[in-house]
Amino acid sequence: MPDRPLFLERASFHRRRLGDAARVLPVLATLLLLLPVWWVPRSVSYAGGAVWFFALWAGLIVAIWALHRALLRAEAATVRASEAAAAQVAPRDGLAGRRPSGEAERGPDAL
Amino acid sequence: MGLDILMIEDEPNIAEAVRFIMTREGWQFGLHHDGAGGIEEIERHRPRLVILDLMLPNRSGTEILCDLRAAEDPALAATPVLMLTARGETTEAGSGADAVLAKPFANEDLRALVRQMLS
Amino acid sequence: MPFETLLASCLAYVVLMFGVAFAADRAAARGHVRWLDHPLVYTLSLSVYCSAWTFYGAVGYASRSGLEFLTIYLGPTIVFTGAWWGLRRLVRVARMHHVTSVADLISARFGKSNRLAGLVTLIAVIASTPYIALQLQSVSLSFEVFATDTPYGPTLNGNTLGGTALWVAAGLALFTILFGTRNLAADERHHGVVTAIALEAVVKLVAFLTLGVFVVWWLADGPADILDRIAAAAAEPQNAEGWALRADRWTALNIVSAAAILTLPRMFQVMVVEAADEERLNTAGWAFPAYLFAMSLFVLPIAVMGRELLPAAANPDLYMLTLPASQGQNWLALLVFLGGFSAATSMVVVCAIAVATMVSNHWLVPVWLALRRPQGGEDADDLRGFVLNARRLAILAVTGAGWLYYHASGGTAALAAMGLVAFAGMAQVLPAMIGGLLWRGANRKGAYAGIGCGAALWIALIFLPSIGVGGDIPLPSGVDPWTFAVFLSLSMNILAFIGVSIFGFPDPVERLQGLSFVSAVEPIRHSRMTRGEGRAEPLLAMARRVWGPEEALRYFRDEAHAQGKTGYLPDLTPRFLTRLERRLGGSIGSATAHAMIDRVAGGVALTVSDLLQVADEAQRAKEETQRLESARAELARTALQLREANDKLTALSVQKDAFLSQISHELRTPMTSVRAFSEILKDPTLTHEERSRFAGIIHDEAGRLTRLLDDLLDLSVLESGRAQLSVTAVNLHDLISRALSAASATRPERSFLIDRDVASEHVGIITDADRLLQVLINVISNARKYCDADRPMLHIRVTRPAEGGTVINIMDNGSGIDSSRQSLIFEKFARLNDPARAGGAGLGLAICREIMAVLGGDIAYLPGLGGAAFRISLPQRPPVELPQAVA
Repeated sequence: MPDRPLFLERASFHRRRLGDAARVLPVLATLLLLLPVWWVPRSVSYAGGAVWFFALWAGLIVAIWALHRALLRAEAATVRASEAAAAQVAPRDGLAGRRPSGEAERGPDAL
Repeated sequence: MGLDILMIEDEPNIAEAVRFIMTREGWQFGLHHDGAGGIEEIERHRPRLVILDLMLPNRSGTEILCDLRAAEDPALAATPVLMLTARGETTEAGSGADAVLAKPFANEDLRALVRQMLS
Repeated sequence: MPFETLLASCLAYVVLMFGVAFAADRAAARGHVRWLDHPLVYTLSLSVYCSAWTFYGAVGYASRSGLEFLTIYLGPTIVFTGAWWGLRRLVRVARMHHVTSVADLISARFGKSNRLAGLVTLIAVIASTPYIALQLQSVSLSFEVFATDTPYGPTLNGNTLGGTALWVAAGLALFTILFGTRNLAADERHHGVVTAIALEAVVKLVAFLTLGVFVVWWLADGPADILDRIAAAAAEPQNAEGWALRADRWTALNIVSAAAILTLPRMFQVMVVEAADEERLNTAGWAFPAYLFAMSLFVLPIAVMGRELLPAAANPDLYMLTLPASQGQNWLALLVFLGGFSAATSMVVVCAIAVATMVSNHWLVPVWLALRRPQGGEDADDLRGFVLNARRLAILAVTGAGWLYYHASGGTAALAAMGLVAFAGMAQVLPAMIGGLLWRGANRKGAYAGIGCGAALWIALIFLPSIGVGGDIPLPSGVDPWTFAVFLSLSMNILAFIGVSIFGFPDPVERLQGLSFVSAVEPIRHSRMTRGEGRAEPLLAMARRVWGPEEALRYFRDEAHAQGKTGYLPDLTPRFLTRLERRLGGSIGSATAHAMIDRVAGGVALTVSDLLQVADEAQRAKEETQRLESARAELARTALQLREANDKLTALSVQKDAFLSQISHELRTPMTSVRAFSEILKDPTLTHEERSRFAGIIHDEAGRLTRLLDDLLDLSVLESGRAQLSVTAVNLHDLISRALSAASATRPERSFLIDRDVASEHVGIITDADRLLQVLINVISNARKYCDADRPMLHIRVTRPAEGGTVINIMDNGSGIDSSRQSLIFEKFARLNDPARAGGAGLGLAICREIMAVLGGDIAYLPGLGGAAFRISLPQRPPVELPQAVA
């Protein structure tokens, strides 16, 4: 497809950046969890530590929730855009926009 | 002495009728009722005429005819063959046979044809 | 609180669990899986992670070691931050390969090696037994809190209620066997168990939160007060030492608990095996960490308040119970008790299912198959029954071993450490698991080396010391022995895994599986099989042994249908074989399924050039999906449809010509005899006997002509849809009896043994009785005509499937119909070249098929059942809108 519509490019670009964020999040979480204990073990061992860890934890839960929501929306947008693109290629065929089904075809693009 | 006529036919009633007609004429008549083993029967009895049914179980009349014509002994390969067919078209079925007769037939036609082929 | 009240509520709770599991299983059997499949149920079932060790033990842990208990929950949370690209992918790959357990996953990835799976199973068994013992101990201890009525909890070696653990173990084994081995489904999901566990998760959470709220806002003055009290408690010298976090231990604990969420048999079971697809992780990704958060929020407050309000002698592991009881809150204590009971029971049930699946799939079944092999490959015995029984036996063994261990160790404090011991043991599987999913170079020898080396170090440095065998290793002061052992075993494990993998060279099967796991594409089995239908039947027979006849027939029919074929025997395409193998693997493990298919279908060993070709194909498939070429695929699909339509039209035209020609033949043949003999009869010289014999022949042949014309007319009426049905209610038993007596006129000299199940036949059906009778007579007469057994038998079975309607199976014990002819028997004049044809024109089964179509049902040949078997399926009632007669 030489002239792929622009919005497909944008949708999939957006989705890829969100995918990058999903990869960074565990690394970030690990650092925030481990570094303080190596660095200042005394100040995170007691009441202060309880506040820090539970706050970090709550923050992670919200972050995962927001990220998953955004990823699901971005995925839906990509599918819509590619359907529109497919419909443009074969406008006369009513079935053209149907998403290819089956496990193999879902492919590693979500990775 | 050898057979005058060997018939290969799976329908017992038709075979019975032909046997009756042929033996009335005084010819020695033999019968085999399966496509399989048909060519062996012909080799064994060396008949002067073979009456072949087109639709036979296991091996069709056309195939037996091919086997016969491909026989090494030229005398055997030249054995005259009368093909009987219950399918409509007689031309196609009878390629390679010396004569073709469509079922149902008039007894007189059969008798005349056989007499002519034996002489 | 009276002990009787406790016992009664406990029993009521157990009954509720059985009821919920039973109801969920029933709903699932009826296909109502929508709410059972809800992501929330999935998330709650993951809470089986919180066993009694974490439910009661977390408070004890916190009062001894402060915030360190958090690692048990924070490690999994880190794993779930990577749910989107990590867990979803694990679930997708595992579902793609119908993986049944963590051992099966490792075995499937590394070339379907059953020995490797056996090794992982061994680790799982060693790690799980004390862990289960720990759960039994917690239930038994919590009972004693109420029974002994001492406000501060029993001492650990008080074994007054030794029977409790036994009863609990027996009850749990019963529950697990009932709901965990009901069937040998190809996808290994247990809706009943999962739903019951989800409910238990709610009870756990409610109990914990209620107690937490009670402690924080009733016993203390809110969160600020609690924080002050924590600071005050931390100021005490012995606490300041014990509560100080040690960075090395903190890191090791986080790593090990993160590994545990992936590799513990019970976690793998609920997270991967019971998941229908990876989409539910979109919700569970944040909801499960939130559950863990809620479960640990009040741990420290309860620990601190317990220390303040209870005497120093009280066991901190039981603060959860003794704290509300000492405040006179008996109902709250009961709620907490039920929460703890839930935690222990759900852990034992899922763990038993998971470990039993491994033991039966990787130990018992392979050994049994290997022992039976000498007696010939085509044994017709019921493998399905054996696998289920093996699993039941394994469940009994696993729970029994847990109880024995508890009994033998006498419930010592050492058990409390068993949770961490199990975590560290299963963590040894993690390098091979992650490496296998991410690195194509990882191979079987590497996996053996890594897992073996790690497991040996784990047993020597962690497991044996934990049960009091062997002394401590001399370590420099300040080094924590547990942390040292974890780091040592895991790093040796990883080094051996990578090192041996680099120098090893995997065989083709393994490379193919590796490619499939790493790139998450479906593998295609590549063996040079003949495409003949003859091989499909033994495969069907084998699948029947594993799944039972109904399930196997349904699967083969669906596969054949997907290939565009009718009947039950699909072509043996590589795609079909791959899918069949993986589905079988879902029941008996991939290694065994692979071996069995090879044995039956005679697969040829993969060569490197095959592999290159397959790898090439897989790579291309991957690229193609990335390009999203749906438009082109659609075009190809349309072209295919056109070609199919064209083929169909051509075939129809050929069929019409053939039909006319066949009719001509069938009419001319009797006509020939009639004509010849009527001419012969004119001969006046015939004897009287000859005359009457010839007249008899003419009569017979005329009758044959009439029958043929009748059949043709019947068929044409049925085919044109102008058949008039007279629909009545009729008892099927009477109908079958009538058909049997009418059909006994066919070859009356043969006596058949009729095997009927009269009770099931007494069902009322609404249909056209005469038409159905015609079908039954035809099928039974055929059996009488063609069954070639020495002692012919006819089995008639009536069943009413769940989806409605009635099914009549008619089977004989003859040699059946050759698979090359099975697709032809319902065609008109199918027996034209059949040497055994006697009188009929070969329209009988064609008419049967048309009748069944008019009645809204179906008649089909069932292959792979030994003899010839026909299935007549009737709908609940014939189609209401009957086509009206034109004339």
